Amino acid sequence: MRRALTVPKRHLWIALALIISVTPANAETIEVTIEKLVFSPANVEAKVGDTIEWVNKDVFAHTATVKGGWEVTIPPKSSAKLTLKKVESVDYFCRFHPNMKGHVTVTSP
Amino acid sequence: MLNRHTAALAALLLIGAAPLAQAADKPTDPQIAHIAYTAGTIDIEAAKQAIKKSKNKEVVDFAKDMERDHEAVNKQALDLVKKLKVKPEDNATSQALSKAAKEERAKLAKLKGAAFDKAYIENEVAYHKQVNGALETLLIPSASNAELKSLLETGLKIFQGHEQRAEHAAGMPK
Ligand SMILES: [Cu+2]
Repeated sequence: MRRALTVPKRHLWIALALIISVTPANAETIEVTIEKLVFSPANVEAKVGDTIEWVNKDVFAHTATVKGGWEVTIPPKSSAKLTLKKVESVDYFCRFHPNMKGHVTVTSP
Repeated sequence: MLNRHTAALAALLLIGAAPLAQAADKPTDPQIAHIAYTAGTIDIEAAKQAIKKSKNKEVVDFAKDMERDHEAVNKQALDLVKKLKVKPEDNATSQALSKAAKEERAKLAKLKGAAFDKAYIENEVAYHKQVNGALETLLIPSASNAELKSLLETGLKIFQGHEQRAEHAAGMPK
């Protein structure tokens, strides 16, 4: 009788573990502000599954572009998000204004 | 071709430099606002010409970005002068910039295809360099209103970004 009860309980734990690994409960959204052509903070440390949200306070469109990698376009007075999918440490810049630079370090969760 | 280009560039720099040196005493805020607005308008006009004439996607995209950014800066400048109740004042520097730009546009109008693209991008590099120099050494230090100074500083970063892009485009094999 007791044995029969423990089996579904273990199943429950496995199911719960699966849910956690698919959508980490601790995934964070990290905000990067763009103002007067500056990304701040310029350096971001994040974990796989975290999201970066760029908030553009300028009247100019900007991008966050990784050479040979991802690119996010942030329209003027608007914001855009990117969920980080892999472990990497990359420099990014704005394609419209290459003097705008940032860096993202992504580690495993 | 190269010689004519270099000569034209030297002339442009001379025309630009002489009045800037004259005004170096102390351009007033209304004059600075006029110069900054004129500098933006010139690049918008150049961009419109390139959008119309060029068949190169990279060049057209670049020109569209120039047009969009400088229209945004100029709109901010207009909003600011309205707010500050400053009336932009025409001056020798603005006039020299406009005159040189008109000549450059006439020269570019005669070119076609890759020759036009090359001349447009090269002029964009030279022009942004010239305006950056004026902003850094004369206009920003001379501006007395803090908001105007801040707008010019943002304008400088925009111009520097454009210069880097134009330089990159100029260095690309066509
Ligand atoms: Cu940008």
